[in-house]
Amino acid sequence: MIQIKNLSKYYGTTRAVYDLSLEVEKGEVLGFLGPNGAGKTTTMKMLTCYLPPSSGTATIFGFDILNDPMEVRKRIGYLPEKTPLYQEMRVDEYLRFVASVKGMAPPRVKPALGRVIEQCGLEEVHRRSIGKLSKGYQQRVGIAQAIISDPELLILDEPTLGLDPRQIIDIRTMIKNLGRDRTVILSSHILPEVSQVCDRIIIMNQGELVAVDTPDKLRARLKQVSVTRITLRRSDRSRGAREALLEMEGVLMVKEKSSPAQADTLVLQVESRPDRDLREGIAGKLVKEGFPLLEIFHEELSLEDIFIKLVTEEVNR
Amino acid sequence: MRKFAAIYRRELMYYFQSVTAYVTISIFLILSGYFFFSIFRYYNLISLQSIQNNTFSGNLNLIDGVIRPLMGNISIILLLLLPLLTMRLLAEEKKLGTFELLLTYPVPDITAVTGKFLSALTVYLIMLSGTFLYPVILMIYSEPEIPPILSCYLGLFLMGCSFISMGLFFSSLTSNQLVAGVATFGLSLFFLVIGWAAPFVGNTTSTILAQFSLLIHFDSFSKGVIDTQDITYYLLLTIFFIFLTLRSLESTRWRN
Repeated sequence: MIQIKNLSKYYGTTRAVYDLSLEVEKGEVLGFLGPNGAGKTTTMKMLTCYLPPSSGTATIFGFDILNDPMEVRKRIGYLPEKTPLYQEMRVDEYLRFVASVKGMAPPRVKPALGRVIEQCGLEEVHRRSIGKLSKGYQQRVGIAQAIISDPELLILDEPTLGLDPRQIIDIRTMIKNLGRDRTVILSSHILPEVSQVCDRIIIMNQGELVAVDTPDKLRARLKQVSVTRITLRRSDRSRGAREALLEMEGVLMVKEKSSPAQADTLVLQVESRPDRDLREGIAGKLVKEGFPLLEIFHEELSLEDIFIKLVTEEVNR
Repeated sequence: MRKFAAIYRRELMYYFQSVTAYVTISIFLILSGYFFFSIFRYYNLISLQSIQNNTFSGNLNLIDGVIRPLMGNISIILLLLLPLLTMRLLAEEKKLGTFELLLTYPVPDITAVTGKFLSALTVYLIMLSGTFLYPVILMIYSEPEIPPILSCYLGLFLMGCSFISMGLFFSSLTSNQLVAGVATFGLSLFFLVIGWAAPFVGNTTSTILAQFSLLIHFDSFSKGVIDTQDITYYLLLTIFFIFLTLRSLESTRWRN
Protein backbone atom coordinates (compact mmCIF):
# COMPACT_ATOMS: atom_id res chain seq x y z
CA MET A 1 0.00 0.00 0.00
CA ILE A 2 2.70 2.41 1.03
CA GLN A 3 6.19 1.96 -0.30
CA ILE A 4 9.03 4.13 0.90
CA LYS A 5 12.07 3.79 -1.32
CA ASN A 6 15.51 5.06 -0.25
CA LEU A 7 14.02 8.24 1.16
CA SER A 8 16.60 10.81 2.31
CA LYS A 9 16.30 14.37 3.48
CA TYR A 10 19.04 16.87 4.20
CA TYR A 11 18.53 20.29 5.76
CA GLY A 12 21.57 22.01 4.32
CA THR A 13 24.33 19.64 5.33
CA THR A 14 22.43 18.21 8.28
CA ARG A 15 21.13 14.74 7.65
CA ALA A 16 17.57 14.37 8.87
CA VAL A 17 16.54 11.12 7.19
CA TYR A 18 18.92 8.77 5.44
CA ASP A 19 18.08 6.02 2.98
CA LEU A 20 14.81 4.94 4.54
CA SER A 21 13.06 2.05 2.83
CA LEU A 22 9.88 0.54 4.13
CA GLU A 23 6.59 -1.04 3.18
CA VAL A 24 3.36 -0.52 5.04
CA GLU A 25 0.40 -2.84 4.57
CA LYS A 26 -3.17 -1.71 4.28
CA GLY A 27 -4.95 -1.52 7.64
CA GLU A 28 -1.76 -1.56 9.63
CA VAL A 29 -1.06 0.71 12.60
CA LEU A 30 2.58 1.64 12.37
CA GLY A 31 4.56 3.46 15.01
CA PHE A 32 7.68 5.52 14.46
CA LEU A 33 9.74 5.43 17.61
CA GLY A 34 12.91 7.31 18.28
CA PRO A 35 14.47 10.07 20.32
CA ASN A 36 13.91 13.70 19.37
CA GLY A 37 15.69 14.52 16.15
CA ALA A 38 15.57 10.93 14.90
CA GLY A 39 13.84 11.99 11.68
CA LYS A 40 10.28 10.90 12.48
CA THR A 41 8.65 14.26 11.83
CA THR A 42 10.68 14.84 8.68
CA THR A 43 9.63 11.45 7.32
CA MET A 44 5.99 12.28 7.99
CA LYS A 45 6.30 15.70 6.38
CA MET A 46 7.65 14.03 3.27
CA LEU A 47 4.85 11.47 3.20
CA THR A 48 2.26 14.25 3.42
CA CYS A 49 3.92 15.99 0.43
CA TYR A 50 4.74 19.03 2.54
CA LEU A 51 8.50 18.63 2.20
CA PRO A 52 10.08 17.26 -0.94
CA PRO A 53 12.68 14.56 -0.26
CA SER A 54 16.34 15.22 -1.12
CA SER A 55 16.48 11.83 -2.79
CA GLY A 56 14.39 8.70 -3.02
CA THR A 57 10.62 8.70 -3.11
CA ALA A 58 7.51 7.05 -1.74
CA THR A 59 4.30 5.83 -3.28
CA ILE A 60 1.09 5.96 -1.33
CA PHE A 61 -1.79 3.89 -2.67
CA GLY A 62 0.07 3.78 -5.96
CA PHE A 63 0.58 7.54 -6.21
CA ASP A 64 4.04 9.01 -6.10
CA ILE A 65 4.55 11.80 -3.56
CA LEU A 66 6.58 13.81 -6.07
CA ASN A 67 4.56 13.26 -9.23
CA ASP A 68 1.01 13.05 -7.89
CA PRO A 69 0.98 15.08 -4.67
CA MET A 70 -2.68 16.10 -5.08
CA GLU A 71 -3.81 12.48 -5.40
CA VAL A 72 -1.76 11.55 -2.33
CA ARG A 73 -3.12 14.46 -0.31
CA LYS A 74 -6.70 13.49 -1.14
CA ARG A 75 -6.14 10.16 0.55
CA ILE A 76 -4.37 11.19 3.73
CA GLY A 77 -5.31 12.89 6.96
CA TYR A 78 -2.47 14.55 8.82
CA LEU A 79 -2.05 15.98 12.27
CA PRO A 80 1.23 17.88 12.73
CA GLU A 81 3.12 17.89 15.99
CA LYS A 82 1.98 21.19 17.47
CA THR A 83 -1.69 20.86 16.51
CA PRO A 84 -1.94 24.08 14.50
CA LEU A 85 -5.57 25.19 14.45
CA TYR A 86 -7.33 28.46 13.67
CA GLN A 87 -7.85 29.59 17.24
CA GLU A 88 -10.52 32.16 16.47
CA MET A 89 -12.85 29.74 14.68
CA ARG A 90 -15.58 27.67 16.23
CA VAL A 91 -15.03 23.90 16.21
CA ASP A 92 -17.89 23.16 13.80
CA GLU A 93 -17.02 26.13 11.61
CA TYR A 94 -13.44 24.96 11.43
CA LEU A 95 -14.34 21.38 10.59
CA ARG A 96 -16.73 22.57 7.88
CA PHE A 97 -13.94 24.72 6.48
CA VAL A 98 -11.55 21.77 6.43
CA ALA A 99 -14.16 19.57 4.74
CA SER A 100 -14.67 22.12 1.94
CA VAL A 101 -10.96 22.75 1.51
CA LYS A 102 -10.46 19.02 1.19
CA GLY A 103 -12.95 19.19 -1.64
CA MET A 104 -15.89 17.35 -0.06
CA ALA A 105 -19.23 17.95 -1.77
CA PRO A 106 -21.66 20.00 0.38
CA PRO A 107 -24.17 17.14 0.88
CA ARG A 108 -21.39 14.97 2.32
CA VAL A 109 -20.16 17.59 4.78
CA LYS A 110 -23.00 17.50 7.27
CA PRO A 111 -23.04 13.73 7.92
CA ALA A 112 -19.22 13.74 8.04
CA LEU A 113 -19.30 16.52 10.60
CA GLY A 114 -21.74 14.57 12.78
CA ARG A 115 -19.59 11.46 12.47
CA VAL A 116 -16.30 13.08 13.51
CA ILE A 117 -17.91 15.03 16.34
CA GLU A 118 -19.12 11.73 17.72
CA GLN A 119 -15.92 9.80 16.99
CA CYS A 120 -13.73 12.41 18.63
CA GLY A 121 -16.04 13.13 21.54
CA LEU A 122 -16.63 16.77 20.64
CA GLU A 123 -20.40 16.85 21.31
CA GLU A 124 -20.08 19.26 24.23
CA VAL A 125 -17.68 21.71 22.67
CA HIS A 126 -18.47 21.83 18.96
CA ARG A 127 -20.02 25.28 19.17
CA ARG A 128 -17.18 26.82 21.17
CA SER A 129 -14.22 28.61 19.70
CA ILE A 130 -11.09 26.51 19.40
CA GLY A 131 -8.83 28.93 21.27
CA LYS A 132 -10.89 28.49 24.42
CA LEU A 133 -10.63 24.69 24.52
CA SER A 134 -8.23 22.69 26.67
CA LYS A 135 -5.18 21.09 25.07
CA GLY A 136 -6.87 17.71 25.15
CA TYR A 137 -9.92 18.93 23.27
CA GLN A 138 -7.75 20.84 20.80
CA GLN A 139 -5.95 17.57 20.11
CA ARG A 140 -9.30 15.92 19.43
CA VAL A 141 -10.22 18.72 17.05
CA GLY A 142 -6.85 18.14 15.37
CA ILE A 143 -7.67 14.47 14.90
CA ALA A 144 -11.18 15.37 13.76
CA GLN A 145 -9.83 17.58 10.97
CA ALA A 146 -7.55 14.74 9.88
CA ILE A 147 -10.35 12.16 9.62
CA ILE A 148 -13.22 14.32 8.35
CA SER A 149 -12.73 13.28 4.74
CA ASP A 150 -12.48 9.64 5.85
CA PRO A 151 -8.93 9.21 4.51
CA GLU A 152 -7.43 5.79 3.88
CA LEU A 153 -4.19 6.81 5.58
CA LEU A 154 -3.88 8.75 8.80
CA ILE A 155 -0.57 10.32 9.78
CA LEU A 156 -0.33 11.55 13.36
CA ASP A 157 2.81 13.23 14.64
CA GLU A 158 3.22 12.81 18.40
CA PRO A 159 -0.53 12.73 18.99
CA THR A 160 -0.24 12.50 22.77
CA LEU A 161 2.47 15.07 23.37
CA GLY A 162 1.68 17.52 26.15
CA LEU A 163 -1.50 15.84 27.34
CA ASP A 164 -2.31 14.67 30.84
CA PRO A 165 -2.44 10.91 31.55
CA ARG A 166 -6.22 10.76 31.33
CA GLN A 167 -6.25 12.52 27.96
CA ILE A 168 -3.42 10.30 26.74
CA ILE A 169 -5.52 7.22 27.43
CA ASP A 170 -8.50 8.76 25.60
CA ILE A 171 -6.45 9.63 22.55
CA ARG A 172 -4.83 6.18 22.47
CA THR A 173 -8.23 4.51 22.58
CA MET A 174 -9.38 6.78 19.77
CA ILE A 175 -6.36 5.89 17.64
CA LYS A 176 -6.95 2.19 18.25
CA ASN A 177 -10.55 2.54 17.07
CA LEU A 178 -9.50 4.56 14.05
CA GLY A 179 -6.92 1.94 13.15
CA ARG A 180 -9.57 -0.75 12.74
CA ASP A 181 -10.52 0.22 9.21
CA ARG A 182 -7.64 2.32 7.93
CA THR A 183 -3.87 2.58 7.86
CA VAL A 184 -2.38 4.71 10.61
CA ILE A 185 1.18 5.97 10.93
CA LEU A 186 1.99 7.66 14.20
CA SER A 187 5.16 8.79 15.87
CA SER A 188 6.18 8.89 19.48
CA HIS A 189 9.24 8.85 21.63
CA ILE A 190 7.52 6.77 24.28
CA LEU A 191 7.91 3.02 23.84
CA PRO A 192 4.95 1.78 25.91
CA GLU A 193 2.68 4.03 23.89
CA VAL A 194 3.60 2.61 20.51
CA SER A 195 3.75 -0.92 21.80
CA GLN A 196 0.17 -0.58 23.06
CA VAL A 197 -1.30 0.97 19.97
CA CYS A 198 0.76 -0.28 17.04
CA ASP A 199 0.94 -3.50 15.06
CA ARG A 200 4.48 -2.76 14.02
CA ILE A 201 7.19 -0.48 15.35
CA ILE A 202 9.92 1.29 13.45
CA ILE A 203 12.83 2.45 15.54
CA MET A 204 14.73 5.36 14.06
CA ASN A 205 17.85 7.04 15.30
CA GLN A 206 19.75 9.93 13.71
CA GLY A 207 17.75 9.63 10.53
CA GLU A 208 18.35 5.93 10.05
CA LEU A 209 16.10 2.98 10.42
CA VAL A 210 17.37 0.86 13.30
CA ALA A 211 14.75 -1.85 13.51
CA VAL A 212 11.30 -2.81 12.26
CA ASP A 213 9.23 -5.44 13.99
CA THR A 214 6.11 -6.21 15.97
CA PRO A 215 6.19 -4.87 19.52
CA ASP A 216 6.41 -8.36 21.03
CA LYS A 217 9.23 -9.56 18.86
CA LEU A 218 11.07 -6.33 19.33
CA ARG A 219 10.73 -6.49 23.06
CA ALA A 220 11.93 -10.08 23.09
CA ARG A 221 14.89 -9.19 20.95
CA LEU A 222 15.74 -6.22 23.10
CA LYS A 223 15.49 -7.97 26.39
CA GLN A 224 17.34 -11.12 25.60
CA VAL A 225 20.56 -9.94 24.14
CA SER A 226 23.62 -8.13 25.33
CA VAL A 227 26.31 -7.67 22.72
CA THR A 228 30.07 -7.73 23.19
CA ARG A 229 32.34 -7.10 20.25
CA ILE A 230 35.77 -8.72 20.16
CA THR A 231 38.57 -8.04 17.72
CA LEU A 232 41.40 -10.56 17.27
CA ARG A 233 44.44 -10.48 15.04
CA ARG A 234 43.76 -12.95 12.23
CA SER A 235 46.44 -15.61 12.31
CA ASP A 236 46.86 -19.34 13.02
CA ARG A 237 46.43 -18.61 16.66
CA SER A 238 43.01 -16.99 16.19
CA ARG A 239 41.51 -20.14 14.76
CA GLY A 240 39.02 -21.79 17.06
CA ALA A 241 38.23 -18.62 18.97
CA ARG A 242 34.56 -18.77 17.97
CA GLU A 243 34.23 -22.32 19.28
CA ALA A 244 36.05 -21.41 22.47
CA LEU A 245 33.66 -18.54 23.13
CA LEU A 246 30.60 -20.67 22.42
CA GLU A 247 31.69 -23.05 25.16
CA MET A 248 31.46 -20.28 27.73
CA GLU A 249 28.54 -20.23 30.08
CA GLY A 250 25.99 -17.50 29.30
CA VAL A 251 26.98 -17.08 25.67
CA LEU A 252 23.98 -17.44 23.36
CA MET A 253 25.48 -16.87 19.97
CA VAL A 254 28.73 -15.83 18.35
CA LYS A 255 28.60 -14.16 14.93
CA GLU A 256 31.54 -13.32 12.75
CA LYS A 257 31.42 -9.63 11.74
CA SER A 258 34.80 -9.20 10.06
CA SER A 259 34.93 -6.61 7.32
CA PRO A 260 36.66 -7.51 4.07
CA ALA A 261 38.53 -4.20 4.21
CA GLN A 262 40.50 -5.33 7.21
CA ALA A 263 41.74 -8.75 6.29
CA ASP A 264 44.14 -8.99 9.19
CA THR A 265 41.54 -8.81 11.93
CA LEU A 266 38.81 -11.17 13.01
CA VAL A 267 35.74 -9.52 14.56
CA LEU A 268 33.35 -11.60 16.62
CA GLN A 269 30.06 -10.45 18.06
CA VAL A 270 29.09 -12.31 21.21
CA GLU A 271 25.45 -12.24 22.24
CA SER A 272 24.76 -13.12 25.82
CA ARG A 273 22.01 -12.82 28.37
CA PRO A 274 21.51 -9.18 29.28
CA ASP A 275 21.85 -9.68 33.01
CA ARG A 276 25.44 -10.88 32.80
CA ASP A 277 28.51 -8.90 31.90
CA LEU A 278 30.85 -11.36 30.24
CA ARG A 279 33.65 -9.00 29.29
CA GLU A 280 35.95 -9.99 32.12
CA GLY A 281 35.37 -13.71 31.58
CA ILE A 282 35.84 -13.45 27.81
CA ALA A 283 39.04 -11.45 28.12
CA GLY A 284 40.44 -13.84 30.70
CA LYS A 285 39.62 -16.90 28.68
CA LEU A 286 40.99 -15.56 25.41
CA VAL A 287 44.24 -14.43 26.96
CA LYS A 288 44.66 -17.64 28.91
CA GLU A 289 44.17 -19.76 25.84
CA GLY A 290 46.60 -17.64 23.85
CA PHE A 291 44.28 -15.96 21.34
CA PRO A 292 45.69 -12.68 19.91
CA LEU A 293 43.14 -10.34 21.51
CA LEU A 294 43.22 -6.74 20.26
CA GLU A 295 40.00 -5.17 21.49
CA ILE A 296 36.95 -5.96 23.51
CA PHE A 297 34.02 -3.69 24.08
CA HIS A 298 30.40 -3.64 24.96
CA GLU A 299 28.41 -2.70 21.84
CA GLU A 300 27.25 0.89 21.99
CA LEU A 301 24.21 2.36 20.22
CA SER A 302 22.58 -0.99 19.95
CA LEU A 303 18.85 -1.35 19.89
CA GLU A 304 19.01 -1.85 23.56
CA ASP A 305 20.74 1.43 24.22
CA ILE A 306 18.18 3.32 22.21
CA PHE A 307 15.48 1.40 23.93
CA ILE A 308 16.86 2.23 27.35
CA LYS A 309 17.17 5.86 26.40
CA LEU A 310 13.53 5.90 25.39
CA VAL A 311 12.36 4.04 28.43
CA THR A 312 14.29 6.39 30.71
CA GLU A 313 12.53 9.27 29.05
CA GLU A 314 9.22 7.64 29.81
CA VAL A 315 10.21 7.03 33.45
CA ASN A 316 11.32 10.62 33.89
CA ARG A 317 8.10 12.10 32.59
CA MET B 1 -13.86 26.33 -6.80
CA ARG B 2 -15.33 24.95 -3.59
CA LYS B 3 -11.87 24.95 -2.05
CA PHE B 4 -11.25 28.49 -3.19
CA ALA B 5 -14.59 29.63 -1.76
CA ALA B 6 -13.81 27.98 1.58
CA ILE B 7 -10.46 29.73 1.89
CA TYR B 8 -11.90 33.04 0.74
CA ARG B 9 -14.76 32.81 3.21
CA ARG B 10 -12.48 31.89 6.10
CA GLU B 11 -10.14 34.80 5.43
CA LEU B 12 -13.02 37.22 5.16
CA MET B 13 -14.53 35.85 8.35
CA TYR B 14 -11.22 36.37 10.08
CA TYR B 15 -11.12 40.02 9.01
CA PHE B 16 -14.60 40.65 10.33
CA GLN B 17 -14.48 38.46 13.43
CA SER B 18 -11.32 40.05 14.66
CA VAL B 19 -11.50 43.81 14.82
CA THR B 20 -8.98 44.21 11.98
CA ALA B 21 -11.46 45.04 9.24
CA TYR B 22 -13.59 47.36 11.38
CA VAL B 23 -10.63 49.32 12.68
CA THR B 24 -9.00 49.65 9.27
CA ILE B 25 -12.23 50.61 7.52
CA SER B 26 -13.25 53.16 10.14
CA ILE B 27 -9.86 54.81 10.36
CA PHE B 28 -9.73 54.96 6.58
CA LEU B 29 -13.16 56.57 6.39
CA ILE B 30 -12.48 59.03 9.20
CA LEU B 31 -9.25 60.19 7.57
CA SER B 32 -10.63 60.36 4.05
CA GLY B 33 -13.72 62.14 5.38
CA TYR B 34 -11.52 64.71 7.05
CA PHE B 35 -9.55 65.20 3.84
CA PHE B 36 -12.76 65.56 1.85
CA PHE B 37 -14.07 68.10 4.33
CA SER B 38 -10.97 70.28 4.28
CA ILE B 39 -10.46 70.07 0.52
CA PHE B 40 -14.09 70.85 -0.12
CA ARG B 41 -14.04 73.81 2.26
CA TYR B 42 -10.88 75.12 0.66
CA TYR B 43 -12.47 74.79 -2.77
CA ASN B 44 -15.45 76.71 -1.42
CA LEU B 45 -13.21 79.50 -0.22
CA ILE B 46 -11.40 79.76 -3.54
CA SER B 47 -14.73 79.81 -5.38
CA LEU B 48 -15.97 82.65 -3.21
CA GLN B 49 -12.80 84.61 -3.75
CA SER B 50 -12.94 84.11 -7.49
CA ILE B 51 -16.50 85.39 -7.55
CA GLN B 52 -15.33 88.51 -5.73
CA ASN B 53 -12.31 89.44 -7.81
CA ASN B 54 -12.84 87.50 -11.02
CA THR B 55 -9.12 86.86 -11.56
CA PHE B 56 -8.81 83.08 -11.90
CA SER B 57 -12.30 81.83 -12.26
CA GLY B 58 -11.60 80.18 -15.62
CA ASN B 59 -10.26 76.76 -14.62
CA LEU B 60 -12.20 76.16 -11.46
CA ASN B 61 -14.07 72.83 -11.49
CA LEU B 62 -14.96 70.11 -9.01
CA ILE B 63 -12.85 67.42 -10.61
CA ASP B 64 -9.60 69.37 -10.51
CA GLY B 65 -10.44 71.20 -7.32
CA VAL B 66 -11.85 68.42 -5.16
CA ILE B 67 -11.81 64.92 -6.65
CA ARG B 68 -8.21 64.85 -7.85
CA PRO B 69 -6.60 66.11 -4.64
CA LEU B 70 -8.93 63.89 -2.63
CA MET B 71 -7.99 60.77 -4.60
CA GLY B 72 -4.34 61.69 -4.25
CA ASN B 73 -4.75 61.87 -0.49
CA ILE B 74 -6.70 58.63 -0.39
CA SER B 75 -3.89 56.85 -2.22
CA ILE B 76 -1.53 57.97 0.56
CA ILE B 77 -3.86 56.66 3.28
CA LEU B 78 -4.02 53.39 1.36
CA LEU B 79 -0.28 53.25 1.31
CA LEU B 80 -0.30 53.33 5.10
CA LEU B 81 -3.30 51.11 5.78
CA LEU B 82 -3.21 48.35 3.17
CA PRO B 83 0.07 46.85 4.43
CA LEU B 84 -1.64 46.45 7.82
CA LEU B 85 -4.43 44.57 6.12
CA THR B 86 -2.17 42.26 4.12
CA MET B 87 0.72 41.62 6.49
CA ARG B 88 -1.01 38.81 8.34
CA LEU B 89 -2.27 36.91 5.28
CA LEU B 90 0.50 34.32 5.11
CA ALA B 91 2.92 35.38 7.85
CA GLU B 92 0.49 34.59 10.65
CA GLU B 93 -0.38 31.17 9.30
CA LYS B 94 3.28 30.40 8.83
CA LYS B 95 3.99 31.34 12.42
CA LEU B 96 1.10 29.30 13.83
CA GLY B 97 1.92 26.31 11.63
CA THR B 98 -1.57 26.22 10.17
CA PHE B 99 -0.10 26.90 6.76
CA GLU B 100 1.77 23.60 6.86
CA LEU B 101 -1.51 21.83 7.48
CA LEU B 102 -3.22 23.78 4.71
CA LEU B 103 -0.50 22.72 2.28
CA THR B 104 -1.09 19.06 3.08
CA TYR B 105 -4.73 19.38 2.04
CA PRO B 106 -5.41 18.75 -1.62
CA VAL B 107 -5.29 22.48 -2.40
CA PRO B 108 -3.03 23.94 -5.08
CA ASP B 109 -0.93 26.87 -3.81
CA ILE B 110 -2.57 29.17 -6.31
CA THR B 111 -6.03 28.51 -4.85
CA ALA B 112 -4.84 29.41 -1.37
CA VAL B 113 -2.98 32.50 -2.56
CA THR B 114 -5.78 33.88 -4.75
CA GLY B 115 -8.33 33.16 -2.02
CA LYS B 116 -6.30 35.26 0.37
CA PHE B 117 -5.67 37.96 -2.21
CA LEU B 118 -9.36 38.31 -3.02
CA SER B 119 -10.38 38.39 0.63
CA ALA B 120 -8.08 41.36 1.25
CA LEU B 121 -9.32 42.93 -1.96
CA THR B 122 -12.91 42.53 -0.76
CA VAL B 123 -12.16 44.34 2.49
CA TYR B 124 -10.47 47.04 0.44
CA LEU B 125 -13.50 47.40 -1.84
CA ILE B 126 -15.82 47.69 1.15
CA MET B 127 -13.49 50.35 2.49
CA LEU B 128 -13.46 52.20 -0.82
CA SER B 129 -17.22 51.98 -1.29
CA GLY B 130 -17.60 54.09 1.87
CA THR B 131 -16.05 56.99 0.01
CA PHE B 132 -18.83 56.99 -2.63
CA LEU B 133 -20.55 59.30 -0.22
CA TYR B 134 -18.23 62.18 -1.13
CA PRO B 135 -19.10 62.39 -4.84
CA VAL B 136 -22.74 62.01 -3.83
CA ILE B 137 -22.39 65.06 -1.55
CA LEU B 138 -20.81 66.93 -4.45
CA MET B 139 -23.73 65.95 -6.65
CA ILE B 140 -26.20 67.33 -4.13
CA TYR B 141 -24.61 70.79 -4.16
CA SER B 142 -23.28 70.93 -7.68
CA GLU B 143 -22.94 69.05 -10.95
CA PRO B 144 -19.58 67.31 -11.11
CA GLU B 145 -18.69 65.31 -14.22
CA ILE B 146 -19.36 61.63 -13.51
CA PRO B 147 -16.93 59.84 -15.91
CA PRO B 148 -13.70 61.24 -14.37
CA ILE B 149 -14.96 60.25 -10.93
CA LEU B 150 -15.50 56.69 -12.14
CA SER B 151 -12.09 56.56 -13.79
CA CYS B 152 -10.55 57.77 -10.51
CA TYR B 153 -12.19 54.87 -8.71
CA LEU B 154 -10.95 52.45 -11.35
CA GLY B 155 -7.46 53.84 -10.73
CA LEU B 156 -7.77 53.46 -6.96
CA PHE B 157 -9.07 49.93 -7.38
CA LEU B 158 -6.13 48.96 -9.58
CA MET B 159 -3.63 50.67 -7.29
CA GLY B 160 -5.13 48.79 -4.34
CA CYS B 161 -4.70 45.51 -6.24
CA SER B 162 -1.00 46.15 -6.67
CA PHE B 163 -0.51 47.19 -3.02
CA ILE B 164 -2.31 44.06 -1.85
CA SER B 165 -0.30 41.76 -4.09
CA MET B 166 2.93 43.33 -2.80
CA GLY B 167 1.67 42.82 0.74
CA LEU B 168 0.85 39.21 0.01
CA PHE B 169 4.30 38.66 -1.40
CA PHE B 170 6.10 40.08 1.64
CA SER B 171 3.79 38.14 3.90
CA SER B 172 4.91 34.96 2.17
CA LEU B 173 8.56 35.72 2.83
CA THR B 174 8.46 35.87 6.59
CA SER B 175 6.59 34.59 9.60
CA ASN B 176 6.91 37.99 11.24
CA GLN B 177 3.90 40.16 10.47
CA LEU B 178 5.64 43.40 11.33
CA VAL B 179 8.49 42.71 8.93
CA ALA B 180 5.97 41.92 6.21
CA GLY B 181 4.07 45.14 6.91
CA VAL B 182 7.10 47.41 6.98
CA ALA B 183 8.56 45.88 3.83
CA THR B 184 5.26 46.28 1.99
CA PHE B 185 5.01 49.88 3.09
CA GLY B 186 8.57 50.55 1.96
CA LEU B 187 8.17 48.99 -1.45
CA SER B 188 4.80 50.57 -2.18
CA LEU B 189 6.10 53.99 -1.17
CA PHE B 190 9.10 53.45 -3.40
CA PHE B 191 6.88 52.52 -6.35
CA LEU B 192 4.78 55.58 -5.64
CA VAL B 193 7.67 58.06 -5.70
CA ILE B 194 10.04 56.32 -8.10
CA GLY B 195 9.07 58.86 -10.77
CA TRP B 196 10.43 61.76 -8.72
CA ALA B 197 13.92 60.89 -9.81
CA ALA B 198 12.93 61.00 -13.48
CA PRO B 199 13.81 64.67 -14.14
CA PHE B 200 17.35 64.24 -12.85
CA VAL B 201 18.50 61.28 -14.91
CA GLY B 202 19.18 60.63 -18.57
CA ASN B 203 16.40 60.43 -21.12
CA THR B 204 16.06 56.68 -21.35
CA THR B 205 16.31 56.09 -17.61
CA SER B 206 13.84 58.87 -17.06
CA THR B 207 11.25 57.18 -19.28
CA ILE B 208 11.83 53.86 -17.55
CA LEU B 209 11.47 55.36 -14.08
CA ALA B 210 8.32 57.21 -15.07
CA GLN B 211 6.86 54.00 -16.48
CA PHE B 212 7.45 52.26 -13.16
CA SER B 213 5.76 54.94 -11.11
CA LEU B 214 2.43 54.15 -9.50
CA LEU B 215 1.69 57.87 -9.27
CA ILE B 216 2.28 58.74 -12.91
CA HIS B 217 0.02 55.92 -14.07
CA PHE B 218 -2.59 57.01 -11.59
CA ASP B 219 -2.43 60.55 -12.91
CA SER B 220 -4.19 59.77 -16.16
CA PHE B 221 -7.02 58.00 -14.32
CA SER B 222 -7.53 61.07 -12.16
CA LYS B 223 -7.73 63.21 -15.30
CA GLY B 224 -10.50 60.97 -16.55
CA VAL B 225 -8.34 59.17 -19.08
CA ILE B 226 -8.60 55.39 -19.17
CA ASP B 227 -5.53 54.23 -20.99
CA THR B 228 -4.91 50.52 -21.60
CA GLN B 229 -1.25 51.21 -20.89
CA ASP B 230 -2.07 52.21 -17.30
CA ILE B 231 -4.48 49.35 -16.77
CA THR B 232 -1.88 46.93 -18.11
CA TYR B 233 0.74 48.41 -15.80
CA TYR B 234 -1.32 47.84 -12.65
CA LEU B 235 -2.51 44.40 -13.71
CA LEU B 236 1.01 43.31 -14.59
CA LEU B 237 2.33 44.58 -11.26
CA THR B 238 -0.38 42.68 -9.42
CA ILE B 239 0.10 39.46 -11.37
CA PHE B 240 3.85 39.74 -11.03
CA PHE B 241 3.70 39.89 -7.24
CA ILE B 242 1.16 37.09 -7.03
CA PHE B 243 3.50 35.06 -9.20
CA LEU B 244 6.41 35.91 -6.89
CA THR B 245 4.29 34.83 -3.92
CA LEU B 246 3.71 31.44 -5.51
CA ARG B 247 7.42 31.08 -6.26
CA SER B 248 8.31 32.10 -2.73
CA LEU B 249 5.98 29.48 -1.25
CA GLU B 250 7.49 26.84 -3.45
CA SER B 251 11.02 27.83 -2.58
CA THR B 252 10.25 27.81 1.17
CA ARG B 253 9.29 24.19 0.76
CA TRP B 254 12.46 23.22 -1.02
CA ARG B 255 14.67 25.22 1.30
CA ASN B 256 13.21 23.78 4.48
